Amino acid sequence: MMQENNVIQVKELTKKFGDFTAVDAITFDVKKGEIFGFLGANGAGKTTAMKMLIGISNPTSGEANVAGFNVFTNAEDVKKNIGYMSQKFALYDDLSVKENITFFGGIYGLSRKKIKEKSNALIKELGLEKIANHLVGSLPLGWKQKIAFSVALLHEPKIVFLDEPTGGVDPITRRQFWEMIYKASHEGTTIFVTTHYMDEAEYCDRVSIMVNGKIEALDTPKKLKEQFNAKSMNDVFLKLARG
Amino acid sequence: MKRLGYIIQKEFKQIFRNKSMLPIIFVMPLIQLLILANAATFDVKNIKFGYIDYDHSSTSRALIEKFHASTYFNVVANYPSQKLANESMQKGSVDVLLEIPSYFERNLQNEKFNNLGVTINAIDGAAAGVENVYVTQIIQSFNKKLMIDLLQVSDQSQVQPINITTIPSFWYNKTLNYKTFMVPGILVLLVTMITLFLSGMNIVREKEIGTLEQINVTPIKKSQFIIGKLFPFWIIGLALLTVGLIISKLVFNVPMVGSLVLMYFYTSIYILVVLGIGLFISNFTDTQQQAMFIAWFFMVIFILMSGLFTPIESMPKWAQYLTEFNPIKYFVEVMRMVMLKGSGFVDIIPQLSKTLLYAIVMNGLAVWSYKKTN
Repeated sequence: MMQENNVIQVKELTKKFGDFTAVDAITFDVKKGEIFGFLGANGAGKTTAMKMLIGISNPTSGEANVAGFNVFTNAEDVKKNIGYMSQKFALYDDLSVKENITFFGGIYGLSRKKIKEKSNALIKELGLEKIANHLVGSLPLGWKQKIAFSVALLHEPKIVFLDEPTGGVDPITRRQFWEMIYKASHEGTTIFVTTHYMDEAEYCDRVSIMVNGKIEALDTPKKLKEQFNAKSMNDVFLKLARG
Repeated sequence: MKRLGYIIQKEFKQIFRNKSMLPIIFVMPLIQLLILANAATFDVKNIKFGYIDYDHSSTSRALIEKFHASTYFNVVANYPSQKLANESMQKGSVDVLLEIPSYFERNLQNEKFNNLGVTINAIDGAAAGVENVYVTQIIQSFNKKLMIDLLQVSDQSQVQPINITTIPSFWYNKTLNYKTFMVPGILVLLVTMITLFLSGMNIVREKEIGTLEQINVTPIKKSQFIIGKLFPFWIIGLALLTVGLIISKLVFNVPMVGSLVLMYFYTSIYILVVLGIGLFISNFTDTQQQAMFIAWFFMVIFILMSGLFTPIESMPKWAQYLTEFNPIKYFVEVMRMVMLKGSGFVDIIPQLSKTLLYAIVMNGLAVWSYKKTN
């Protein structure tokens, strides 16, 4: 059935902070292996919604299943099956590349042998041989992002959540980063990505656009452009965001 | 268990990699121990002593000579008048004033009685009390000698005055060495401060740099994470105790009468209390700055109400009840009991059981209040 294929199912999910409704009864599904773009202006509620899905923020009401587990009741099971990369690329600056990989591999419960394998493979793939023992703090932003993304995939999660992963880097690095995303997607990982770069939205299989806590549009980029009679996703976004 | 190992490993790496933190952890406390143990003394010494001698007799000079001979007093001035003496007191150049009236010697010989005026700067009440005792002691011994002299001169047939004297014997700190008393206490402060501040700021720091969120997204158990975080500081606390004990033995020659094993056993439980408090603080704060302020707030109260500087018995009743919640109080007591008195396990059971209870409550609260999901 369709249900089997949906790795994220969200129904009427709501988060209130006092009187303020940050996320207002959003409903959507994400299919297995999909690259799902989660768009919205700053303050539209993207990050809040994502935090509920990754189990670090309790919803006020509604329902959400991620990787087959309820985020309300089985948040810790959800966490075993997802990877997460935040806007801050939360690696430890005072640990080396290798040490960061070992640490995160370790707390996800990978065996020492597995960590070693993964670590070597990752370093080779990213061409990090020379800087594997450098402290992460000394690396340029673009490197940190790539490493953070690879670390988020270390335990082979079903879904990886990326919160504005390409903030503050040049177009070439962004392009390289998206190649990594495609690769992970081809290998069967579902990608849930927030961004406010509209060119990146074009790379997604499907996009949702959030305005003031509500999902105002959800479809493939192509269909959205048709629906809003726009040339690019940028125009779609502007039309929606301006109301 | 394996995950725990990874966290501990990571924490130790970060601590020893932080070049500015290491000296703070190990060098600063030791400098503090060396400085404070020498400076924080309540011995009243070098009292600035001045006198006004209106009598100018051999007896008055003999009395002044007694003060010159005392190691407690520095005779700073001989004032010609009360007015000048009072001005000096006002300026703070003299703390104790002795006024010998005219006809002092004559009155003593004729009437066998005379009064002396003593004025003491009592802004520091405790010191003034001690100074008063010293002055009284000197005058009394002078008085006794005088009586014998006078008796020999005048009335041989009179009965010798019977004197009752006490012979004090000071236990546990025979030489009344203030450092023996203070060093164990200061050691307590250092172990407490370092472990409280380090643990209080550690998790908040991860909040600030955003790595805590990353940790919260992993399936790690709260207890694993917290134990992994606190274990390194527990080790550091015990290492500090070790270095401190070595210094107090080598530099200050403070005796270690009791059992070292008992000392370490108690300390290992005590540090858990402090770490629990630190963690609790860091759960309720968002920045290291906030955590630091709150940690200081508790630290100051804990120190001043610990019985380290002022005896708890002289505090008002309500304050005495409050000190029951002060972990430093128990540590100071145990440290002094074990180090100086050689108290055994049974003697420290009251402190030990309260500390253990405190550790369980604080760490329970800390783990409970640490939320992976908000």
